[in-house]
Amino acid sequence: MSTQAQAVRLPRLLIGTPDQGQMSLREHLAIHDEIPTGHGRRHKRRDAVGLVESIERAGLCGRGGAAFPSAVKMRAVAKERRRGIVVANGAEGEPASLKDKLLLEALPHLVLDGGSLAVAAVGASELIVCIPRSAKTARHSLTQALGERERERYDSVPVRVELVPDRYLAGQESALVSHLNGGPGVPTLTPPMPFERGVQKRPTLINNVETLAHIALIARYGPEWFRELGTPAQPGSALLTLSGAIEYPGVYEIEHGAPLGDLIEAAGGSTSEIKALLLGGYSGTWLPGMLASTLSLSTEQLAPYGAVLGPGIVMALSEEACGVAETAQVTRWLSEETAGQCGPCVHGLNTIATAIEELQAGTAATGTEQRIARWASMVQRRGACAHPDGTVRFVASALSVFAEEFAEHARHGPCAACARPSELPLPSHPHLAVAA
Amino acid sequence: MSTNLRVNPITCEAHGLCAELLPEMITLDDWGYPIIEGNPVTPELLDHAQRAAAACPTLALLIQRRQPQR
Repeated sequence: MSTQAQAVRLPRLLIGTPDQGQMSLREHLAIHDEIPTGHGRRHKRRDAVGLVESIERAGLCGRGGAAFPSAVKMRAVAKERRRGIVVANGAEGEPASLKDKLLLEALPHLVLDGGSLAVAAVGASELIVCIPRSAKTARHSLTQALGERERERYDSVPVRVELVPDRYLAGQESALVSHLNGGPGVPTLTPPMPFERGVQKRPTLINNVETLAHIALIARYGPEWFRELGTPAQPGSALLTLSGAIEYPGVYEIEHGAPLGDLIEAAGGSTSEIKALLLGGYSGTWLPGMLASTLSLSTEQLAPYGAVLGPGIVMALSEEACGVAETAQVTRWLSEETAGQCGPCVHGLNTIATAIEELQAGTAATGTEQRIARWASMVQRRGACAHPDGTVRFVASALSVFAEEFAEHARHGPCAACARPSELPLPSHPHLAVAA
Repeated sequence: MSTNLRVNPITCEAHGLCAELLPEMITLDDWGYPIIEGNPVTPELLDHAQRAAAACPTLALLIQRRQPQR
């Protein structure tokens, strides 16, 4: 990461990102060239199949959090008898993630190229781009970009933009399908998986917008190029949202396997001693802050620590913050963000959130931490979606990383730092924000 | 071919009949929702499992027959 050669190979996705506004189609094509055949009105089926092979050889995995191999998903949609639909998932419900928003706002053509290529590759009929209802700038940018593509006759794939609720679970695949089918937009029981029966009961390929942006580049430069960065097990670059006690928080493009210390340094360093690191967002894992100089940012290098990159979120909690208070607030928020459907999740997360609040207040009965551990294992894998699993992962890691602080609070009640404003971002009241 | 029990957690309303009819495989969590253990269903329990599934007021207990490797 520190060598010159690697420095010039990044950024890939973010190259030429304008400081303000969006990259025009002309600028986009000046940087990235015209798209190879397989695109637009007269695409050749053979080239489309070749793209899936390229994506497989590139080893591209989904960037929405689950890191599922993209080619496998594409093949699953392509082999269904009915004609498919491609959904570009920009719902980005994670409050600490900004990368999808950045791509949609500043680099819409990269996402649209990837989406069109995916439509051709799986023989689908249209592309649906999903963005949060509140994402006004992204919506404007997409409208502009689609207009340019039509005027220049650059892309004839039918595209529509759909607004999804500003909710944590809105981007969960089956919830997205439910919303697009006119339903309540909450997770459904799977199978059938969206790739079997999704939007309009048709096979539906749902890809995170960053995944599609990578596809736009793999189609141009090929799998070998893609593998020049990253690790053998996790090739390529990735967008990370770095926030918290960081001089210049924001979205950074790294290569998989890059040291976290280098990233923090590139972001101007930390503004305080780092007490703890949250990796993977609110369904992710807390790690002790002292690991900031040790960790490398790839799935296999994080695995020994029980952590994942998820949708590319790294949050640095400052030494001044209270780990217990931060955990209590986020857990309460997560419990309010359930879809309200599955009993173990609805009741379990509420019970856990209450217990953590009692620990913070110093009013918890003895044995509360053991009870939380028991409830955590009780709710795991018992929802229609992975929301309970993600939440208890977050909670379990907090209880371990902030063990001393939890013990202090349980004995003496709130600390001085409990009153500080929370460092972890939380939408003020999501349920009110949905009404419109 | 194996037979598995599964709860549809979306439709389950914690009536708890399944745990009474099939205690060999179903216990209830702290909130009254069923926890299934011991899949696949053994031939001796198949009858009871079917009765439990039929007794569920919301039909949330699912009996799934599937190829082992899927």
